[in-house]
Amino acid sequence: MASAVAVALLLAPAAFANFITPKAGGSPNANKIDSLYKIILYIAAVVFMIVVGTLVYSMFKFRAKKGAVAAQIHGNTRLEVSWTVAAALILVAITVVTFVKLGGIINPPNSNPGVVLSASTTQPTPPNGKQVTICVQGRQYIWRYTYGSGCLNNYFTNKLPYSYQEMEAPAGATVVLDIQSTDVIHSWWVPSLGGKVDAVPGYTTYTWFKALHPGLFHGQCAQLCGRNHAAMTALVNVVPPAQYQAWLNQQQRLITQANDRVGALRQYLTQSGQL
Amino acid sequence: MAVTAPPVRPVRPVPQVITDTVVKPRQTKRWVEWVTTTDHKKIGIMYLVLTFVFFLLGGIEALLMRVQLSVPNSTFLTGERYNELLTMHGTTMIFLFVVPIMAGFGNYFVPLMIGARDMAFPRLNAMSFWLLLFGGIVFYCTLFFNPPEAGWWSYPPLSSIQFSPSGGQDAWIFLIHLTGISSLLGAVNFYATIANMRAPGMSWGRLPLFVWAILVYAILLIIAIPVVAAAVTMMLTDRHFGTHFFDPTAHGAPVLWQHLFWFFGHPEVYIMILPGFGMISEVIPVFSRKPIFGYKAIAAATVVIAFLATLVWAHHMFASPLPIVVMGFFMLSSFLIGVPTGVKIFNWISTLWRGSLMMTTSLYFAIGFIAIFTIGGITGIFLATFPVDWQLTDTYFVVAHFHYVLMGGAVFSIMAGLYYWFPKITGRMLNEPLGKLSFWVMFIGFNMTFFVQHALGLSGMPRRIYTYGPGLGWSTYNLISTIGSFILGVGILLTIINVARSLRVGKIAGPDPWKGNTLEWFTPSPPPPNNFDVIPRVRSVEPMRDIRRQVERETGVTQKTGGSERFARV
Repeated sequence: MASAVAVALLLAPAAFANFITPKAGGSPNANKIDSLYKIILYIAAVVFMIVVGTLVYSMFKFRAKKGAVAAQIHGNTRLEVSWTVAAALILVAITVVTFVKLGGIINPPNSNPGVVLSASTTQPTPPNGKQVTICVQGRQYIWRYTYGSGCLNNYFTNKLPYSYQEMEAPAGATVVLDIQSTDVIHSWWVPSLGGKVDAVPGYTTYTWFKALHPGLFHGQCAQLCGRNHAAMTALVNVVPPAQYQAWLNQQQRLITQANDRVGALRQYLTQSGQL
Repeated sequence: MAVTAPPVRPVRPVPQVITDTVVKPRQTKRWVEWVTTTDHKKIGIMYLVLTFVFFLLGGIEALLMRVQLSVPNSTFLTGERYNELLTMHGTTMIFLFVVPIMAGFGNYFVPLMIGARDMAFPRLNAMSFWLLLFGGIVFYCTLFFNPPEAGWWSYPPLSSIQFSPSGGQDAWIFLIHLTGISSLLGAVNFYATIANMRAPGMSWGRLPLFVWAILVYAILLIIAIPVVAAAVTMMLTDRHFGTHFFDPTAHGAPVLWQHLFWFFGHPEVYIMILPGFGMISEVIPVFSRKPIFGYKAIAAATVVIAFLATLVWAHHMFASPLPIVVMGFFMLSSFLIGVPTGVKIFNWISTLWRGSLMMTTSLYFAIGFIAIFTIGGITGIFLATFPVDWQLTDTYFVVAHFHYVLMGGAVFSIMAGLYYWFPKITGRMLNEPLGKLSFWVMFIGFNMTFFVQHALGLSGMPRRIYTYGPGLGWSTYNLISTIGSFILGVGILLTIINVARSLRVGKIAGPDPWKGNTLEWFTPSPPPPNNFDVIPRVRSVEPMRDIRRQVERETGVTQKTGGSERFARV
């Protein structure tokens, strides 16, 4: 078994991705979480081998035999102190690694040169302060995205483009998400683009991603939000920046057209006395 | 040993209580005796039976959920039914099974192990049991109306009157109150008993480790239960009397509930596992024929775990709105708790080391427990590292982790305790081959069910979803997990069959079938109502061993036991 686990660990990055390591590859924060996870995994594997190896060995070696007498040992202070210290040292090591890696996980980097599309001052902020802001609003049982800075202040009157369930995002740009909920607690999670952030009504939470390449990323609400929680999926469609800009314009146009049609209908209904 | 006519003395294999059967005319019907009893042993048996029934109910709920998840887009259950089952499974297993079954073992064995004739407050003890029963009835009556749907953690606003209008949520609140009062009364009782009623000579340094564990269990309950009692009362007033503690639309704070709930909820985890640690600490030295390695370290680790257990609650909330510095604190405190837990594991293995292991079913479960709990402990380190937890929390990785700790940890230790103490409780042995079969089936089924759930979580499957689409890479793992869960169920069923069979035809155990270390083996099996006619003076952590040696010295005859020799390969 020991060799099987060792082989599994060696193959971890390739064949066993998503079996013993978290999803990654979409965004630097997800990748850094993944590498932190792997460091802990290697340490854990060694500890596990030692503990279970000793356990299994003693199970066979010290089985009651004729004439065997159990050694009447009550303890060994030096041994006990040393494994207490050893356990503590391992944890100190993991702590140090965690804090070394933490900066890259919580602080967004700058966008790639030339792909900055809009700027805002909402936290978290990349060093040059330029970012794409998308507001994520959880509600039973769908995610709503509003695009552009200032989206937090007013969802409707700013006439910002919005979409449901599927988010469009530009590749190479640092995207900051402002996350809110209108009803119960939801949790924003697209595994390849980083960790979870709860959407708690009454609070605004933040996360970010910087998609390394175009692609479609699957995610799902991760906090029980009611009977149809399983249906509250999310898709992030990462496209080249020019395409993103074109999509925004198109979405803006479609929304305006739809609003105009609704306005005209409302006017007609009001004038004809039906409303 | 050469038997050369020792000085003639009457040979008494094990010190026997002479008046173990008192014949008295039966005045009351048997069921009236059970309902009105204040005998800690009868109450203990009622606790064990009742909680095991709840264990089976919770297990059936789990199997129904596993059936639903076995294939993608299954229509076996609706989202509503699934959420109800999920809530009932969690609530049952925690409030109606693991916590009270530890109280059951504690009730039966704490007085026996410390050489007392009953608990300090026998009638209060009966009240604890009946409150638990009523709590369970209140909760399970919702099956006929609307079971709660907001999960055992019941986060508002989902559990508020607006989103969970049914009375099921109120029944859940009522259950928390009833079982909470039951646990509190039990805890006060345990504390008073252990502090005041120990046999002469049993100093704190000679307290059996199971009793240490129950003592700390009691203290943790006294710390944690009032907090959840307050929190669910606030939820109740939010729901019905117009307060807004947790209502974000009126400046209430849903995150406040999370803090209060997990301030209770994390000590609760140790409330569930520490008595299991205690049982393992009793079982391993007896079947290794060795003293426990590092008694003081294990007792101290129990106390340190309890202290740290009150400082780690927010590691359940790393995805909630919390400042990074707070997450850092809770990561470190959660790491710290790994140290005393590791110490215990090392001490158990060292107790096995150079022992003379009698491979009984009880020891099988104890060793299986160590292996499984080690995995659960190690995955705990991943979850405590908060940036990693952002990927893992609320996924099947967490489900796997806490089932390794609670199902593989607490339930395997309960099984070890059951096989160890059944002869004392009933006077009959459980069947060993059947027990070992049950162990292997459970062990395989357990790992099959829960090991792949780590992979499910890592490949992006969140918890608590009632169905999922094909093509996400989750289908195979889910099917394996479901098959495993049924194997696990068969394993548990084998032990139930074993118990049912042994109650009628099991071999007679005698007072001390295992050559035990602690005082419960000094009494006949089952013990008489008063436990001890004479309470022996305690001179070490292993009083029964001292007694056995003394008898051997005085009679020159090696002490036979009630039949455990045939399990040893001698």
